[in-house]
Amino acid sequence: MDRSPILRKIAWLWLATTIAVLVVGFRQAIFFAPTEATMGNLQRIFYYHVTHATLGLVFPYINCAASLAFLYWRRRDPLKALTADALAVASAEVTVLYVGITLASGMLWGKPAWGIWWTWDARLTSELILWLLYISYIMLRRFSPSGQTPTLAAVLSVFAAIDIPIDFMSIEWWRTQHPAPVFGPNGGGIDPHMWPAVLWNLAGWMMWGVLLIALRFVIERRRQIAEQDAALLAIEASLETPQ
Amino acid sequence: MKYFGYVLEHLRKDLRLEWRSRDAINGMLFFVLLVVVVFSIAFDPAGYPTVTRQISGGILWVGLLFASMTALNQSWAREQRNQVLEAQRMAPSPASALFLGKALANMIFVLIVEAVLAPIFVVFFNLHVLGNAWLLALILPLGTWALVVNGTFFAALGLRARNRELLLPLILLPLSLPSLLMMVQATTGVLTSDLDHIQIRTWITQLAGFDVIYTTICILFFETALNAE
Repeated sequence: MDRSPILRKIAWLWLATTIAVLVVGFRQAIFFAPTEATMGNLQRIFYYHVTHATLGLVFPYINCAASLAFLYWRRRDPLKALTADALAVASAEVTVLYVGITLASGMLWGKPAWGIWWTWDARLTSELILWLLYISYIMLRRFSPSGQTPTLAAVLSVFAAIDIPIDFMSIEWWRTQHPAPVFGPNGGGIDPHMWPAVLWNLAGWMMWGVLLIALRFVIERRRQIAEQDAALLAIEASLETPQ
Repeated sequence: MKYFGYVLEHLRKDLRLEWRSRDAINGMLFFVLLVVVVFSIAFDPAGYPTVTRQISGGILWVGLLFASMTALNQSWAREQRNQVLEAQRMAPSPASALFLGKALANMIFVLIVEAVLAPIFVVFFNLHVLGNAWLLALILPLGTWALVVNGTFFAALGLRARNRELLLPLILLPLSLPSLLMMVQATTGVLTSDLDHIQIRTWITQLAGFDVIYTTICILFFETALNAE
């Protein structure tokens, strides 16, 4: 599927734009954004950590929505349901990647800033749980035989999605070691000169994540279609053999 | 009212099956006993009463979590013999009644284990409770339900999976982590009386919220998980 040249061109164009936006974001974050007063250059990791954390809380919602769509279409329209399932796989895997980067960059920041790599703070713990939940989602997909996997995984996805709002609200509800919210009504706010770096990086990494999800989605669709073709061939072959 | 009739019927069936074999309860009891012995050897609780009080809540719940996992893996296996599960899928009663009956039965098994275990635990760990002991009567059932409701659900979900003995802990442990945190904090707070009223009440309320949320989702999605094909 999707072998049409237009889509392919769009993908290349998207990739080129993504790289351009990321380069601008890098320049903004590393060279143009003002140095933070107390933390110095260490604060620049913020532009990567926060963008990945934000997107890592958005992609699981795509996974949840796709899973619910799968459950809705499962009996009504199986072909559409397969598409939704492919989207769910793609977004779950990219979620694991983004949340993983969030955890890793947070630890890189935590060692110099707090003196420890890891602490069992509310935000860190709920983020780690989110990561573990989506890993168990992928494990479930590996473990159960192909026919029922999508349904079982879709159900698990709904259970996992409960952690997303908890993770999001954790710094509001429990004020522990993780820095308090920066944006929003209760946030401390940032220097207006830091905004371009945040926004360019957010846009760039969002485009990158969307591209990864799209590519993974196409791969999964091809796998599904190949599976269907193989099943069809097997049925045809069994019809031709004399009984 | 009819719905509760179905739930009770399933519950009665599970209790009778367990009464005849006593596999699950005996297995869990021995398992938790072993865990308690292993931990008492590892930490020498008689020597350090304060440390013991601080860690015993965690040890109790981790032991119960592992023990209930061993039983939960088995709890659907008896339904698979003679295609009983297929018959139940075709039965006119709602699937969630089957789930609730099974979860309640598992809950009763774990509560029995807790009741037998509690005195042994107190003796081995040389405990005496400093806080409001009656709060444990609230924390233990709420915590047990939090473990059992998701455990029963995902044991059913893993029924048709390859190596399901491994799959259940892989899914159940991450899901149970928040509830485990809440029950351990509440239990330790009661045992050591380090936490004040409001903090303990917050943990218990959160635990109850966890129970309500996951019970609702389990009931809503059980039919899908059972009939997945």
